Order: sequence, then structure tokens, then C-alpha cells
Amino acid sequence: MTEETKPFEPTVIGFTCNWCSYRAADMAGTARMKYAPNIRLIRLMCSGRLDPTFVFKAFASGADAVMISGCHPGDCHYVEQNYKALRRFLLLKRVMAQLGIEPARLKLLWASAAEGAIFASEINKFVEEVRSLGPLNWARPEKPGSETILEEAKA
Amino acid sequence: MSERIGVYICHCGTNIAGVVDVASVSKWAGEELADEGVVISRDYKFMCSSLGQELIQKDIKEQKLTRVLVAACSPHLHEKTFRNACKGAGLNPYLCELVSIREQDSWVHTDKVAATAKAKAITSGGVARVIHHEALEPLLVPIHPATLVVGGGIAGIQAALEIADAGFPVYLVEREPSIGGHMAQFDKTFPTLDCSACILTPKMVDVGNHPNITLLTWSEVQKVDGFVGNFAVTIKKKPRYIKTEDCTGCGICWEKCPKKVIDNVFEAGMGNRKAVYVPFPQAVPKYPVIDDVNCTYYLKGTCKACEKFCPTNAIDFNQKAEEITVEVGNIILATGFDLFDARRIPQYGYGTLANVFTNLEFERICNAAGPTGGNIVLRDGKTVPKTVGIVHCVGSRDRNYNVYCSAICCMQSLKFAHLVHERTGAEVYNFYIDIRTPSKGYEEFYQRLLEEGTRFVRGKVAEVTNAARVPEEAGKLIIQVEDTLIGKQRRIPVDMVILSSGMQARYDSKEVAKLFGISCSADAWYIERHPKLDPVATMTEGIYIAGCAQGPKDIPASVAQGAAAAARVMGKIQQKEVSLEPVRATINADQCSGCRICNNLCPFNAILFHEDQMVSEVNPALCQGCGTCVAGCPAGAISGTGFSNEQILSQIDGLLMLNRSYATVSVEK
Repeated sequence: MTEETKPFEPTVIGFTCNWCSYRAADMAGTARMKYAPNIRLIRLMCSGRLDPTFVFKAFASGADAVMISGCHPGDCHYVEQNYKALRRFLLLKRVMAQLGIEPARLKLLWASAAEGAIFASEINKFVEEVRSLGPLNWARPEKPGSETILEEAKA
Repeated sequence: MSERIGVYICHCGTNIAGVVDVASVSKWAGEELADEGVVISRDYKFMCSSLGQELIQKDIKEQKLTRVLVAACSPHLHEKTFRNACKGAGLNPYLCELVSIREQDSWVHTDKVAATAKAKAITSGGVARVIHHEALEPLLVPIHPATLVVGGGIAGIQAALEIADAGFPVYLVEREPSIGGHMAQFDKTFPTLDCSACILTPKMVDVGNHPNITLLTWSEVQKVDGFVGNFAVTIKKKPRYIKTEDCTGCGICWEKCPKKVIDNVFEAGMGNRKAVYVPFPQAVPKYPVIDDVNCTYYLKGTCKACEKFCPTNAIDFNQKAEEITVEVGNIILATGFDLFDARRIPQYGYGTLANVFTNLEFERICNAAGPTGGNIVLRDGKTVPKTVGIVHCVGSRDRNYNVYCSAICCMQSLKFAHLVHERTGAEVYNFYIDIRTPSKGYEEFYQRLLEEGTRFVRGKVAEVTNAARVPEEAGKLIIQVEDTLIGKQRRIPVDMVILSSGMQARYDSKEVAKLFGISCSADAWYIERHPKLDPVATMTEGIYIAGCAQGPKDIPASVAQGAAAAARVMGKIQQKEVSLEPVRATINADQCSGCRICNNLCPFNAILFHEDQMVSEVNPALCQGCGTCVAGCPAGAISGTGFSNEQILSQIDGLLMLNRSYATVSVEK
């Protein structure tokens, strides 16, 4: 990397469940594990709460990637709702491909409350993967600066 | 924007302020987020302190705030604190939101610019979300006064007695035929050297006789339904084949039983029991159990010696397992530990070299009620050892096995050294990595051992072998060790080796955790709510943990935790009602098309379908608030309080700084 080229810094939205993965994030914090600052987390009660709309909303509002995280299969605080998240994840990947978004921009991570280290290292891995994919660049007229993208597109 | 929002950025001393430029975040929020309704934005050293809370309360009153956003630590730590602060100032507590810029930002990032930008994004997300918060009232449900204690070791016994003495009913479930746990197997307890049974058995008898304790031994929990205050627990009572109402515990059955079985549980494989047995003479309850795996009648269809001789006709070979359901308000898990299996370290020779013993085997050898009558002898049952080697940290503090320290092995090994020395006069070697004696009276005990002449070799034992290299080693066990204090390899011939095996979580601890809905650490110990400030509660309301199930600890610590868990439970019972988070799903009947997709999504059967009106309805008492139905409803007819679509969608926009000046958040290296 030369000094003139700034690396692309992706913005990632992460959905966590209240019981396992948010606590994994807490644990990563308490243990002062370091990970990329590109991710911003939203706490849901359960990964089963993840409405697929949330993912597209995040992309539409400027996220370059989305991570869904929940309890390990079988460990769900609500018995089995993470399996529903898994189903939605698989479906989302297919829909994303049809919409022209690389499915690799969506990640599913199972993390227990004890797995702060895994949570942190997986985020780092994901951010690097997204960095190599480049910006999503969905034209958003509301986003300041996106006018240039539109102008470039016209020209 | 009609809401008046107050934003509070916490420094947390230097925890946050050391990485995040809190003043700039607070200034930025006050200016940039004013169009969202932010009327005041402050930063303060410790928002959770009483001064910090008063600051918020003063603003609520003077600035007429309708929403409060605190950017500080994890909501799992201080959400309640700030909600209560709002409540104190007359604002509905659910109109407050706490977002984490510590665990999720300052503690995990080093780049100050990026961390500050992220803190702004998190604050912006929180503001966008808190606008859509609704005033909620917690759901109040009555607390059932009974408590379930799982595990009848010393921690469970202590917890059960404390609660029962306070006048509340307790169900104590134990899967072995008798309560007592590991402590009943020990001979002496360190550092006072009291006889373990002498201090334990009176407590066991108290449990057995207590009018408020329903003792369910030889039983296991099968299913747990419900939530704090209202659990319904299904317990399987395994068949004892003994009519307990008729049995007097006279002991004639096990005297007459012709079948001898090696007792792998209580005697740690060192002694025998009969096929009908009580694990030890002071067992509570006193009724025996017929071991249907080894009993001749179950194997060959004939014998029934016990039935013939039983003076009260208490034997019932046709008894079946029975399932009972009990209602309890709180649950204490005191399920204890398993011993590390020393066979996993083959170079120490356990299982192949006869005179290598585990610590539990040695406890039984030492015990006057044990298989050798308390005589310290080799596996042949008669030879008294002249030299004994005690190996510390077997399976503990070793990245190949368990990385943690098992906490009790040093003191236990010192106790063994003392007992061997006292009873046989043998020369004792302790092989240690570090000696850890941190509790009251423990270091003094170590000093006493040093004066008694026990030898200490600092080094991790490489191997225990019977392959002699010189004539003096013939017929001995040779301990190969690097003595790190003199920097030399040593071979020390001994007659007996005791392996201080460490503690491990119960083999089924993960399944048990799942059954009760709590979490386990990577080592499978149960996780407490807070490692320092809430050591006996779990993340699941109404479920508490005590004793070694939470991590390795000694008897005083287990007793303290048992009592602590009991105190927490009694506090809950005294409140008579528990307030539940009002995070619930509700279905708008006007929008519901009656498709019934949500019905099958709910694992709690909380969604009813009204055939007549063709709409579904959520039963708020059963709903746990996971929100899966909210996400699944194709008509958007279900809304989830606390985590509504509006809240989350706005938070996404807020986090992504939609409509915000990007210049202020760009990440510059």
C-alpha cells in the first residue's frame, strides 16, 4: 500500500442476539481483545428476530456488509429460533445473488457467550474479506457525496 | 421532532475517555443530532455514579426530556441503573437506551480516530432508536415460594438448609442414591484436619429430617418449563426397587445379597458393594437401591435373597421409574465436578502401574470407613509404603488438558503428605509447579508441612515408570522430574505415587446447562452473571449456581456459595412478585390474515389461533419475547415491544450515519 492510496474501510452492520453473541462481544471487550472498528452492532433479543428486511435496509443505507450472529445451534435461549435465522440467512444469500450483491457480503456467525476470541477474530476476517470485495456503492441519493457517483454514472 | 432527547457520554474514568474523544462525541451529538431532537448533550467522568445519575435526573426535570440516551458500558451491566435513574425523575424507564461504547468500542479498538468515529456512529444509532421507544410497564408475576436445588453435595445441602430453615419449601434432587457428594468420600479436610464425615453427616441428617425439604435422591431432572417465579420441573425418579414407606434401613438385604460389585462411585473403585446397597453407612436417605444392572435377579431371573430376608417386605422388583412435576419459583444448580481422568496422561502410569493412585482413591484409603480401614497401604492391601511421591497439577495448568488451576490440589496434596507422614512415617515428596495456598490458615499449613520434613521438588513430573536403571530402583516406581530449583534431572524411587488430579466440569454439564437455559464457559463450567459482583446468579433469571459447578473451589467456598445462592433466592421469594421485561410480541388483529405462519414459529406455544375470527393472538404470559414471529409475519401484523421494526430500522440508519455529514466520521489513518 502506497502512502497516496488510502485503504477502503468497509462499514459492517452486525446483528447480535441478546444472550450469546452480544455477550461474546461483551467478553471480547472485557478481555480487551482487539478487532477492526469497521463493525457496528445492533442488539436483538434473538437471531430469530432478524427480519430479512433489516439486512437490505442496512445495504440500502450504506453498509458494505452485514453480519448476523447468534447462539450455537442447540444453544438458543429461545430453544430453536437460531435455526430460523439460519433458514433466513440461506434464503437471503440467494436473494442477494439475484439482486446483484455478492453473497459474501453476508456472514453468519455462531458465537457463545464464552467465545469472545472467536467473535473478535471472525470480525477481523470478515472485514478483510469485505475490504477485498470493495465498496458496495449502492446509489443513495440521500447520502452526501453520492451525487458524484450519480454524475459519474451519467457521464 | 417532538421528542426532547438528552445524550450522555460516559468517560468511565479512562476506560472510554482514554481511547474515545468523549468531549468531541458529546459536542458532535449536541450539534449534529439536534435535528433529531437532541436538546442537551453532556459527557461526564462516571455516568453510573450517583452524581452522574443526578445529572440525568436534573436534566429530565429542567429540560423536560422525553428520551434519554446513555453511551457508556454494556446494557448488561448498567441498563437497570440508568432506567432506574430515569424512573426516579419521573420518566418511564423504558424511554431510556444504553449503548455500549466501552465493550464494543474503547476496549476493543486502539485507533483513537476510528474509535471516536465509531462512538459517534453508535451514539447516532442510539438516538435514532430511542426516539421510537415506547413507555412500557413491566409485567408482574407471582413467585412460587418453593425452590429446586439440583445436586446434594455440600453446596446444595447448604443452600437447601438455608432456604428450608427460613420456612420455604425446597426440593433437593440428587442423582446418586444418597446426598453427600464428594465431601462424603473424603477423610480429613484441610487445613484444620477435621474429619470430613463428622462435619458433613449432621447436615445430611438435617436435610433428611427437615419438614420443608422434599428429598428426591436417585432422581434426575428431565425437563424445565416456564420462567423465573414459575418453573415447572419434571423429575424422573429412578426405580429403587425398594418400597421406601416400608423400608427401615435395617441392612439385612445388603448383608444377605450374594452379589459383590466393584464400587466405582463412592469407593472410587477401591472397594466392593453389594447389588443392593447404600453407598456408605451414614447415607441419607437410609434406604438402599437395587442396582438392576448387576443384580442376579435381573441378570438371571432368580435369586431374590433380599426379598426372602427382608423383615418388612419392602423389596419390590417390579417398581418402575416415575415422573413427577413440581412447581418452583427459583432453581439452584449445585451439580459439582468430575475428577480429571488420570488415564489421559499415560506417562504417569495410572491404570498400568498398580501403585499409582488418584487423589480420590487415596482419600478412600485414608478413610477409616474405607476399604483398608484407614491403613495407608499399597494396592496389595498390606505393604506400608516407605516413600510416597505426590504429583501436583495432574491435568491442570497444562495446555494439553485443562489450562486452569484446580484450586484445591496444592492444599489437598499437603494434607496427603501430612497424613502419610503422620500415619506411616514414610518419606514424602511433593512435586509441584507452584505452591498455591491463598486462603485463611492455608499458608500456615504449608509452613507446618515444611517443618514436618516433607520434601518439595519444584518441577513438573515427566514420567512415572517401573523400569529400573540401577539396583536401588528395582521394584520401585521411579519418578523422573527436572528439579528446576537445582536445574537437574532427578530420578526419585518411591513405593507409592498419588496423582492430584484436577477438577473438571461434569461430563454432562453442557446438556444440563441447556436443560436449564444457562451458559457454559469453554471449559464447561457454568457462567455466572458477573465474575465479581454477581457470582451465584446466572444470565437466566431465577437460576442460580453454587459450588464447583461454577468452577474449581474448596469446601468453604462451596458452602459460602450455597448460602449466597440461598440468600438470593430468599430475597426473590420475599418480593412475592417478579417484574419481567415487557419485551413481548403483540398481534394487530386488524392486520392479521390468519395465515398461521407464526403459530409454528413459536417454540413456547404462545400463539393461539382463534378459529372463529381467523386471527392469531399472543399469550403474553407464555411469550418470551424472542421476536421470531415478528420477523416471520408476512403481513407485518406482529409488533415486538422493545425491539420494534421502527426501532431497529432507525438504528440501522443512525449507525450508518445516513443524512449525516460524512466528513465527521471518516476513518483516517
